[in-house]
Amino acid sequence: MRRYSVFAVAREAMRAHKGWEAQWSSPEPRSAYDVIIVGAGGHGLGAAYYLAKEHGITNVAVIEKGWLGGGNTGRNTTIIRSNYLYEESMDIYEHSLKLWEGLSQDLNYNVMYSPRGVMMLSHNTHDMQSFKRHINANRLYGIDNEWLTPEEAKAYVPVLDIAKTARYPINGAALQRRGGTARHDAVAWGYARAASDRGVHIIQNCEVTGIRRGPNGEVLGVETSKGFIGAKKIGVSAAGHSSVVMEMAGVRVPLHSTPLQALVSEPLKPIFPCVVMSNTVHAYISQSDKGELVIGAGTDQYNSYSQTGGLQIITHTLDAICELFPIFRRVKMMRQWGGITDNTPDRSPIQGVTPVPGLFVNCGWGTGGFKATPGSANLFAHLIARGEPHRLAAGLTLDRFRTGRLIDEAAAAAVAH
Amino acid sequence: MLLIHCPYCEEDRSELEFRWAGEAHIARPENIAAISDEEFAEYFFLRNNEKGLTYERWRHIHGCGRFFNAARDTVSDRFLTTYKAGLPKQVLPETGASEKTVETYEATEGDAR
Ligand SMILES: Cc1cc2nc3c(=O)[nH]c(=O)nc-3n(C[C@H](O)[C@H](O)[C@H](O)COP(=O)(O)OP(=O)(O)OC[C@H]3O[C@@H](n4cnc5c(N)ncnc54)[C@H](O)[C@@H]3O)c2cc1C
Ligand SMILES: [Zn+2]
Repeated sequence: MRRYSVFAVAREAMRAHKGWEAQWSSPEPRSAYDVIIVGAGGHGLGAAYYLAKEHGITNVAVIEKGWLGGGNTGRNTTIIRSNYLYEESMDIYEHSLKLWEGLSQDLNYNVMYSPRGVMMLSHNTHDMQSFKRHINANRLYGIDNEWLTPEEAKAYVPVLDIAKTARYPINGAALQRRGGTARHDAVAWGYARAASDRGVHIIQNCEVTGIRRGPNGEVLGVETSKGFIGAKKIGVSAAGHSSVVMEMAGVRVPLHSTPLQALVSEPLKPIFPCVVMSNTVHAYISQSDKGELVIGAGTDQYNSYSQTGGLQIITHTLDAICELFPIFRRVKMMRQWGGITDNTPDRSPIQGVTPVPGLFVNCGWGTGGFKATPGSANLFAHLIARGEPHRLAAGLTLDRFRTGRLIDEAAAAAVAH
Repeated sequence: MLLIHCPYCEEDRSELEFRWAGEAHIARPENIAAISDEEFAEYFFLRNNEKGLTYERWRHIHGCGRFFNAARDTVSDRFLTTYKAGLPKQVLPETGASEKTVETYEATEGDAR
């Protein structure tokens, strides 16, 4: 792989950009691999990359039914933060945030990680108490998070309406300065390129339709639309389709899949510097480097694989955005789309072994797993290579629904982008 | 937005009047204190989350207030039938869920009705 650098850009500028090579190869599948990952989202591609880089396992295939990054990785609003309440969550999200900080260098690919700050608005006494509890828990754990008065929040985001008479009055905010955004597609492409460079096969347009098992129940490989492909270890990282893929091995998971929508506006000149979230009124907004306002809405209430969502959900979000930022009232929305999110009862992810020997699962990231991409992928690779979870992911097991050791971020934050 | 037929009111009403209430036909164990942790996890947390034909509960929260059951295709979001709580599971043929990704709301709006 030829490295990207300022010299490469200069060299290619001299020869009409004829020398750029394909970023990853698209080989025909081998008959068997050491490890198969199902799902070429950021989590699956990243896991393959770290298997090769950190564990020396390069005979790996990532199998994708559509195109790589075409799932939630390419559909999300890219909010990155690590200020969760429980230690199990802080462990993995902070591990991830640290990897974000060096990811562009590590992959030799500009993922445009932008630590522009994530501000969470507090609208009532309950929010204030809950945010301050988060801030204290985070700081005790070595994670930055700070409380702002309404005036300080307004100084940071001048377009915010903090009038006492506002429809959704703001009585303060929590700010994680290291939080921010990254370029979603670049994350998938960067991992794909780096993994492919280390020998990983990325097989697109190939749907996994079954999981073949041996006499002792262990996995033997996957049935696909391109035929059977053998593997002693299979890692499932299929986001909204995790229930469907796990069912192929007879494993039921505590998930329900719901559409989640996002939308973007026409491009504007830079108008506010960070990410602003309001859990209470269900609105998330940031401004992309192209100038578009990127807005995240809520999930539909019912299970669905339609990859679309109700119009009332996005109008509800836009109502809230217009109240919080009166100046955005006349901005036009350009595009809207949905992704299928895999939600657990406690709104925390599942990563761990399964009752089936050789089968590992990484799912349940729901509405908030983009931020976790590097950390989750890194620890999923460890799990697959060693057969047991890394210390930082030890609490995320499937088994917690039997033991009762839930990680109740659902109650802590209600939503988790 | 879905258009939902309440079998009690016998009317098609907008989704805004309803609250989804999870998988249908899950029987609460009769002696819940006696079951094992595995059985409790199964009853309380594990769900089918089908792609295709699903059986689910809805509540007409801003109407008659009653719970009822529905059979729906989770790919097209189309309701196949709704029926009163307490009635046995309505046996329906598999819908043959389409693997094609639906990209816009408009694409399914006709079916969703
Ligand atoms: C609108 C929206 C906004 C969001 N906003 C945020 C946010 O601001 N911050 C945040 O942290 N998170 C956010 N999320 C959540 C985040 O996008 C996901 O948690 C994360 O991207 C999941 O990554 P992944 O790699 O696991 O899944 P995906 O990128 O969905 O990858 C899974 C892949 O598996 C493939 N697959 C499925 N079944 C099969 C099969 N049978 N055979 C082969 N391949 C299969 C799929 O095609 C898909 O490409 C948002 C999600 C959505 C939808
Ligand atoms: Zn009714």
